[in-house]
Amino acid sequence: MNDIDLTAADALLGTDTARFRHDYLEVRGLRVEFDGFVAVRDVDLTVTQGDLRFLIGPNGAGKTTLIDAVTGLVRATGSAAFGGTELLGRTTHRIARAGVGRTFQTASVFEELTVLQNLDIAAGARRRPLSLLRRRADPPAAVDQALETIGLTALRDTPAGVLAHGQKQWLEIGMLLVQDAHLLLLDEPVAGMTQAEREETGQLLRRIGSQRVVVVVEHDMEFLRSFADSVTVMHQGQVLAEGTVNEVQNDPAVVEVYLGADAASSDATTTGSAEPVATEGDHS
Amino acid sequence: MDIIAQLFAGLSLGSVLLLAALGLSLTFGQMGVINMAHGEFMMAGAYTAFVVQGVVGDAGVSLLLALPLGFVVGGLLGLLLEATLIHRMYRRPLDTLLVTWGVALVLQQVARDVFGAPNVDVRAPAWLSGAVEIGGLALPRTRLFILALAAVCVVALALALRATPLGRRIRAVVQNRDLAEASGISSRTTDRVTFFIGSGLAGIAGVALTLLGSIGPTLGTNYIVDAFLVVVAGGIGQVKGTVIAATALGLMQAFFEYSTTASVAKVLVFVAVVAFLQLRPQGLVSVRTRSLA
Repeated sequence: MNDIDLTAADALLGTDTARFRHDYLEVRGLRVEFDGFVAVRDVDLTVTQGDLRFLIGPNGAGKTTLIDAVTGLVRATGSAAFGGTELLGRTTHRIARAGVGRTFQTASVFEELTVLQNLDIAAGARRRPLSLLRRRADPPAAVDQALETIGLTALRDTPAGVLAHGQKQWLEIGMLLVQDAHLLLLDEPVAGMTQAEREETGQLLRRIGSQRVVVVVEHDMEFLRSFADSVTVMHQGQVLAEGTVNEVQNDPAVVEVYLGADAASSDATTTGSAEPVATEGDHS
Repeated sequence: MDIIAQLFAGLSLGSVLLLAALGLSLTFGQMGVINMAHGEFMMAGAYTAFVVQGVVGDAGVSLLLALPLGFVVGGLLGLLLEATLIHRMYRRPLDTLLVTWGVALVLQQVARDVFGAPNVDVRAPAWLSGAVEIGGLALPRTRLFILALAAVCVVALALALRATPLGRRIRAVVQNRDLAEASGISSRTTDRVTFFIGSGLAGIAGVALTLLGSIGPTLGTNYIVDAFLVVVAGGIGQVKGTVIAATALGLMQAFFEYSTTASVAKVLVFVAVVAFLQLRPQGLVSVRTRSLA
């Protein structure tokens, strides 16, 4: 099993550039409705660079819907701006080109393309139409660095579909890095990973979080306690609490929601076991 | 000797089927659009050859001009259809089938109004008349030309899909639309380009058909069913499968025709394809991955 390479990650992420130093995600009054059912209501959320934000909440709390709304996959009202650019109302690929990257709940890569081709697609999203007919001699340096970072250099010509589950999730992160996303929205990035893989992924997310704006949706409480800088708790489409891990864990409202809900979710808070893949993404 | 003659007849028929089906392997195979007007795009390509010959005169020059022009005419018709109708119903295959069937009828009538109901002829250039003698076997030059043309189209399409960033984008959008969008690829633009190329290939097929006989407004209807048959039997979205299926169907048709009659041969081919699909519903070539979805 190849490992995450943090040195390569540092080279890829670069040092703090002036342009993005003050970038932040600012969500105001976000509301998403599906045929009369309000999945997300009045959500305010501000995430800055250097603040590794975790987004948690019971199934159906609206976490994935929130990401879908910010990335243009579902219609939403209100406002979601990144670096001063309003994202709502734009098409998904324009939002992606504005520097917003995301992963999906089930590890999503282009299964029939090789690892290298997956990264190449992510790296070339801004290419001009006519240049698409030319074959590029060498992949850009960022692609090589990303391969090193996610430990898939040896598997670069392997179809992504046959990668192990954890490797697919790393490839997703690698794609966001070469895509030059400055806001990363990660939907359960360590679900189904081994303990060692979680640890490595957490370290990588920390590195990325120091140079980028990162929001992580995660159920695994142990993972959250180890790596989160701050936590936003969602419940029934609304923000229930926000703060450090400790503050949130001792918040009576949060305890009420988790203990008051069914046993499965209370398990998740207390024992740190990962919940099975949630179903809330099915609306989209 | 007879066997070799049948073999050539089969390969020749296969190459015609392949030209007709290659574009469909993109629009139907890759994008999942059931475009019944694909045959009419072939017809449009054939009439393009007719018009070009009327303007240019020289049969050789007009054929070489008509091939790229046929591609553009077919492609533009496809683009128009995609932009006005098909993109509204990507998730509604039955509606698409009915609408494109209607468009096919309209296009046939337009051809009748513009060019008249009777068939017209496009002269083949002098360098394609006659036959090449190989071991006492006469191979018509037009047939050889179509074989070569089909081969060129297949190689060009395969290269475009495999080796260019554009091809990777097409495959990416086909495989996972949301992920492609989230990676910054415009799936709308990619859809249009894919449809343009697929429909353009139909135009080229139409130009090629003018070498085999006279052409008329219903030219496309003769090929559309066979073309769909090839794509389904070959495996959805696989150029390789389309090539194998077209060749196999051409050979079967030729050999059955030799031992029976044309109609019986057709029935036998259909039965064979149905039986084959019972055994292997996914077609000849299919892709297996460890996908969760």
